[in-house]
Amino acid sequence: MSRKDLTLHLGLVALLFALHFILPAYHHGIFARVMVLAVYAVGYNIAFGYTGLLSLGHAMFFAAGMYGMGLVSYHFGVPALPAWFVGVACAAALAFVVGLLALRTQDVSFMIVTLMFAQAAYLIILYFSEVTRGDDGFVIPGALRAIGPFDLSDEGTRYIVAWILFSTALLFSLWLVRHPFGRVLVALRENEERARLLGYDTGRRKLASLVISGTISGAAGAAYAGLFGYVGGSFAGVQYSIFALLWVLLGGAGTVLGPFIGTLFMFYLIDLATEVTEAYMLIAGVVLVLLTLFAPQGIVGEIRRRLWKDLP
Amino acid sequence: MDFGPYLLLAMLEGAVLAAVLALMASGLSLVFGVMRVVNVAHGEFYMLGAVMAWVVTQFLAGLGGGAAVNFIAAAVLAPLIVCAIAAAADVTILKRLDYDPERVIVATIGLLYVIQQATLMGYGPDARPVVAPFNQRIALPWFEFGENGFQMYYPWGLSTTSYKLFVIVAAVVLLFALRLFMTRSRAGLVMRATQLDRDMATAFGIPVEKVYALVFGAGAALAALAGVLIVPIQQAHYLMGGDALLLSFIVVIIGGLGSLAGTVVAAVIIGMSDGIISVFFTPTLAKIIATLAVALVLVFRPQGLFGVKTR
Repeated sequence: MSRKDLTLHLGLVALLFALHFILPAYHHGIFARVMVLAVYAVGYNIAFGYTGLLSLGHAMFFAAGMYGMGLVSYHFGVPALPAWFVGVACAAALAFVVGLLALRTQDVSFMIVTLMFAQAAYLIILYFSEVTRGDDGFVIPGALRAIGPFDLSDEGTRYIVAWILFSTALLFSLWLVRHPFGRVLVALRENEERARLLGYDTGRRKLASLVISGTISGAAGAAYAGLFGYVGGSFAGVQYSIFALLWVLLGGAGTVLGPFIGTLFMFYLIDLATEVTEAYMLIAGVVLVLLTLFAPQGIVGEIRRRLWKDLP
Repeated sequence: MDFGPYLLLAMLEGAVLAAVLALMASGLSLVFGVMRVVNVAHGEFYMLGAVMAWVVTQFLAGLGGGAAVNFIAAAVLAPLIVCAIAAAADVTILKRLDYDPERVIVATIGLLYVIQQATLMGYGPDARPVVAPFNQRIALPWFEFGENGFQMYYPWGLSTTSYKLFVIVAAVVLLFALRLFMTRSRAGLVMRATQLDRDMATAFGIPVEKVYALVFGAGAALAALAGVLIVPIQQAHYLMGGDALLLSFIVVIIGGLGSLAGTVVAAVIIGMSDGIISVFFTPTLAKIIATLAVALVLVFRPQGLFGVKTR
């Protein structure tokens, strides 16, 4: 890992920490939310950006983390931190099972299989509405939303916890893509046949990549439940799978900084659009079409292409 | 009601769903077969068909037309408008992506939101009905071999409407017409030639890009036609495309991507089982079973249940 890479990413981490003291209340809240959602995007990016697995169903991993965490605290009164680990474990297990099945397919079939699994997961949440409260969702009791003496519903704590989670995910993703394992993932994306001929067990590496990706997405979902206290069916819907794709594409698939940049941009764009019209998803649609047409590399991808050739 | 009449009712509802689904899915299947791309915005073309039907009938009712005339006008105009929109989207977006399968999916997801949200802005969030051209209630008889020997009676609640029967007949006629068009007409021949070998078709002077735009438009028009047919039964709403898209995906995949006959058989199976499971259990359970079935079919039998393995 070069010194330049490390400086850049640690710089972002330090900047986000500094913003905690500077930002006005409204934007402080948005940044906390964006950091948690960016963790989801970082997870998605490992599968889509680095391994080339275009999944249309990552919302099921986000939701597995969210419901894993939410249900054990709602029904059994488990405190936040152990419940978070339960959520992460649920997402990892789901990613493993889905990976075993879905990775038998490729390309377009893989997209549709993941879409169908995610849709089934969403419908299962609605079907067992006695346990999951269906579309309405439920609120995690305030008393449980604390880690030791720190109250997660407090704005400041929430920001710091989101910052710790995001920094960990960002630096992990930087470490992963510079690690030989991450380089093999890129080789799979570029040419799976050649990677196989070079003697790599491509099936196992794709599975590992999907499990890592799903686990990070689930960690984001579980943290979202703990930090914002709400668990609902809409997070498992197809729209959240599309959001992950949109954020990563906008920021730049296969770049470490891309997921955060994309999430931040899109979040503010949609925030602005909701003030004007209730049809705010129009923005998402237009951005998706324009990105595929004119900038398939995304923002950070374009920077890499024009300015900084070896940006990770 | 007893079990028997109840089952018959469920099957009738299922048959209506199957008819509409077969039309819509054959559009999706046609586009995939010829162009090798998956159109995720297909459900929105179905929704646009229904909404356009409302717009056209509303406009003509303002001029003082009768319900039947208005409906026929809607059934002609709505698919044509949707066809033009889809062909324009093909030329401006899909062509520029060079029909790369993955990028087309992402772009059509974008298109899905653009169409859906533009409809929300223009048409609003309300569900609106279109008056059926005719809608007589038909009570259905039920036969039973009871204590008094063989008897026929009309159980309470076992009925359908003439319009629902018309939808089934119309779908069957349209599907036969589509099959004849693909196998007997020159345009169908050109489409099949393009499907078999794009480069060779170009070499023989077939304007492949025009064929693609036309096929994409025709696929969308089939979805729109399904939308027009369903709108007197189900109201037009800007979110109605989502479930329809999911069901047609399921049908096309189980029937084998790109095979028209398989699509129709799968539409009957899915429509019927969806109708029956929805009546006896819940629609959600029916959809869970269907989505999981599709995922597993794709994983273990990618050519579809009725498809033939290629290569």
